[in-house]
Amino acid sequence: MIGTWAQIGYLVAAVCFILALKALSSPKTARTGNALGAAGAVLAVIITFIAYKPDNLVPILIALLIGTVGGVVGSRRVQMTHMPQLVALFNGVGGGAAALVALMELDHVQDGQTVAAIATAFTVLVGAISFSGSIVTFAKLQELMTTRPITFPGLPVLFVAGLLGGVAVSVWLVSEPRVLVGVLLCLLGLAVGVMLVLPVGGADVPIVISLLNAFTGLTVAAGGYVLGNTLLLVAGTLVGAAGTLLTKLMADAMGRSVFNILFGAVRGGSTLGGGTASDRPVISGSAEDVAILLGYAQRVIIVPGYGLAVAQAQHTLRDLVEELQGRGVKVDYAIHPVAGRMPGHMNVLLAEAQVPYEQLREMDEINGDFKQADVVLVVGANDVVNPAARTTPSAPIYGMPILNADEAQRVIFLKRSMRPGFAGIENELLYDPRTTLLFGDARESLAKLLASVKTV
Amino acid sequence: MTESIALLTIFVLAAFVGVEVISKVSATLHTPLMSGANAIHGVILVGAIIVTGQAESVPVVIVGLLAVVLATVNMVGGFVVTDRMLEMFRGPGGRKKELHK
Repeated sequence: MIGTWAQIGYLVAAVCFILALKALSSPKTARTGNALGAAGAVLAVIITFIAYKPDNLVPILIALLIGTVGGVVGSRRVQMTHMPQLVALFNGVGGGAAALVALMELDHVQDGQTVAAIATAFTVLVGAISFSGSIVTFAKLQELMTTRPITFPGLPVLFVAGLLGGVAVSVWLVSEPRVLVGVLLCLLGLAVGVMLVLPVGGADVPIVISLLNAFTGLTVAAGGYVLGNTLLLVAGTLVGAAGTLLTKLMADAMGRSVFNILFGAVRGGSTLGGGTASDRPVISGSAEDVAILLGYAQRVIIVPGYGLAVAQAQHTLRDLVEELQGRGVKVDYAIHPVAGRMPGHMNVLLAEAQVPYEQLREMDEINGDFKQADVVLVVGANDVVNPAARTTPSAPIYGMPILNADEAQRVIFLKRSMRPGFAGIENELLYDPRTTLLFGDARESLAKLLASVKTV
Repeated sequence: MTESIALLTIFVLAAFVGVEVISKVSATLHTPLMSGANAIHGVILVGAIIVTGQAESVPVVIVGLLAVVLATVNMVGGFVVTDRMLEMFRGPGGRKKELHK
């Protein structure tokens, strides 16, 4: 048993974590909050060294050093567009660490400690699922493997068998807490994790990251129970709650259930359409035409999508917006909750381009303003402004809340080609007589627009 | 058994605190929230240090050290990358101030 002072120190660290999350309610306080969270984590580690007086001190310190260097280098180097991959990777290693901790703790679980044994089994199984699932997610996002859903005829059966096997071995582990059984459970968990993520399409992968984040949180909480450590319990539970809530928010923003996202492809109801281009007539314009529309508008709303970030065009877009604002045009960015590759990703990408966060407006907040907008400029987005979500019950995206771009006077799409978005469905808005298309790479198109706006 | 109940009580209360705090997070900051929450579960490092410190045989120590490395990457990387993101969020005129420096 550790001393009271250590328990109180852990409590302080837990409060730091809660305050860190609370500080995220505003961009003004968020950074200080994060520093406070980090301070809490450092405090917790120092307390652990003093209170538990661990053996193998030197190897542990060396391992800490290696991990720190790895973490710092990884997080300093990553590009903001690659943030989802990094979060997935960090989440996976956390889950893996938790599973290993529980495996090692098996020796200390005695007969009769049923609850502790159940918590241990849970930590091993879910930690392993989180680890392998996150690694597959990382591989998909990093495009080390195909981003399309992967299914094969026996997959649902195998998945269910794996899950049932996991439960059965967990029961075995609870009645007979032996390390070998734990290793078997761990292997089963790894297999289930892979099968869980394989059938998920690239565009839905962010929801899986959020879900696996919740899994790791709960794993850490269960680990806290096993070790009788309140800090792990509180911290893990907080993260479990965060992940669960975010998963739900994001699924709502896509108008689909979490179940449908995970198993849609398995049941054959994949959202991925043919992805073929249509030959219906559209109105395409030159940069000069579009510049005149923008330059003489009073109110412009920008709808940025992931295509903007892929083209690395955020800075050019910001320059264009500043030019328009200089001419007295009122400009806002309308951010759909699933713009980008994870919730809130577009905000980070635009913040990187030094767009002040007040200009970034959430969907619910700005949707009423589209009626008054003279021009809506859609850059690298498609499905989030597709009216089919409202009007066509058979469309895969039906029910997804969208940005009401179709209510504006004029709509401009910057597009590479006529290929539909990831939902693989046609966007009627593209064929609307009020819509003008400007084809080409987003960055080049925006640069041309900027040059043209300066001359009109 | 009382200790089990105490831990269960902490778990339930923490779940309510978590939902309450997180539902107030601005949607603008959902990505930093995910990576920040990610960093927080890196505190499993504490568990990794405890079990490695009690390990007696070499193979167990090696597994423990692996857990320490993984957990540290999770925790340190998570906080650093969250800080990097939050640093970029600027208020009104933030960019202009920067340009005038």
